[in-house]
Amino acid sequence: MSPLRVPARPPDPFQPQPWRDRRLELILGNLLRAGVLLSAAVVLAGACVYLARHAHEPANYRVFRGEPTDFRTIPGVIQSVMHGRGRGLIQLGLLLLIATPIARVSFSVVGFVIERDRLYVVFTLIVLAVLLFSLLGSGLGV
Amino acid sequence: MTVLGFTAVVAIVSFAAGLLGSLTGLGGGVVLVPLLTILFHVDIRYAIGASLVSVIATSSGAAAAYVKEGFSNIRIGMFLEIATTFGALLGAFLATRIPTSALAIIFGGVLLYSAYLSRKPRPLDQRNLPPDPLATKLRLNGSFPDLEGKRDYNVQHVPTGFTLMFGAGALSGLLGIGSGAVKVLAMDQAMRIPFKVSTTTSNFMIGVTAAASAGVYLSRGYVDPGLAMPVMLGVLGGSLVGTRILVKAETKSLRLVFSVVILVLGLQMLYKGFWGKI
Repeated sequence: MSPLRVPARPPDPFQPQPWRDRRLELILGNLLRAGVLLSAAVVLAGACVYLARHAHEPANYRVFRGEPTDFRTIPGVIQSVMHGRGRGLIQLGLLLLIATPIARVSFSVVGFVIERDRLYVVFTLIVLAVLLFSLLGSGLGV
Repeated sequence: MTVLGFTAVVAIVSFAAGLLGSLTGLGGGVVLVPLLTILFHVDIRYAIGASLVSVIATSSGAAAAYVKEGFSNIRIGMFLEIATTFGALLGAFLATRIPTSALAIIFGGVLLYSAYLSRKPRPLDQRNLPPDPLATKLRLNGSFPDLEGKRDYNVQHVPTGFTLMFGAGALSGLLGIGSGAVKVLAMDQAMRIPFKVSTTTSNFMIGVTAAASAGVYLSRGYVDPGLAMPVMLGVLGGSLVGTRILVKAETKSLRLVFSVVILVLGLQMLYKGFWGKI
């Protein structure tokens, strides 16, 4: 490694202000943790209901059947939660888990708007569009 | 096995995978799918669905801790997420179309490569690289706290890194893993991002990438609540405990053990894939 050090660069007007980025990241980090803890709590609650009812049935995942609509669409999951089903509650927790990074990306859009960073507003919106397409375009919302 | 017994054993194995994955920095997700398919005879599609969900949980759970250290670069993350999310979407659609034996073979290859990578010494960070015009335009260069104070870095080879990250996203969507191995290629070796920055930034990205394919998996019925529940809770618990006890633990021998496990699982997956036993 060369011992020579490159002279310090002149201040770049396009460089992001570090403290703003830091604060934004801290908020986003806490948001992610809160989302994960909430979804884990919902999954755990669902697990209690599910295990209380089905503990002694045989478990078999050898053959792939695919989940029934109750467990693979958002309205189906909500309906099965309404009926007090444990596995519905688990799926709801997993949906919350998937929503957590999406919330993070949405907040990043706001952060970049505040920083007036147009390029990164566009980049973040592209990522958000892909995520929403995956969630809603794949038939999950039906 | 009854539902209760199955749930308990899967939760314990997932906890161990999450703990070892976070202690060694190799990620727990990569061993989960082979363990579920080989030990518990779970169909690989259910295993991938459950693993993908646990990847989101560990990535998001660890993010808060990483952010406080001030290493991650939110712009690099967001820019590369364009590549990984498109890749993940493609991977998830492919996963529903290609035969399970092909999935097993690709998985075996990724495991062998991960095992090889974990034994290779990490290349030293190259300092004082000249700024790359494209990276400067995209504002990817940054700085992070180092022993000597603030250290600046200039990101290199943006198109190569971006393309490789598309591949990382596709593998993540196809196999339900975090794709740490490809990330090393893209961010550390091509883009020359300092190790601390690339690790924390990629952890941030993994959750978003996995979320892009999770929607497809859930709607195709790959995510079974009875299986995903112990996997997600176990891996999350294990990785949270792992980050707590990882202060400066001696991880060298642990890494060796874990990479041998990865190697054996990789060979098993290849065998199962080629002989159509999956």
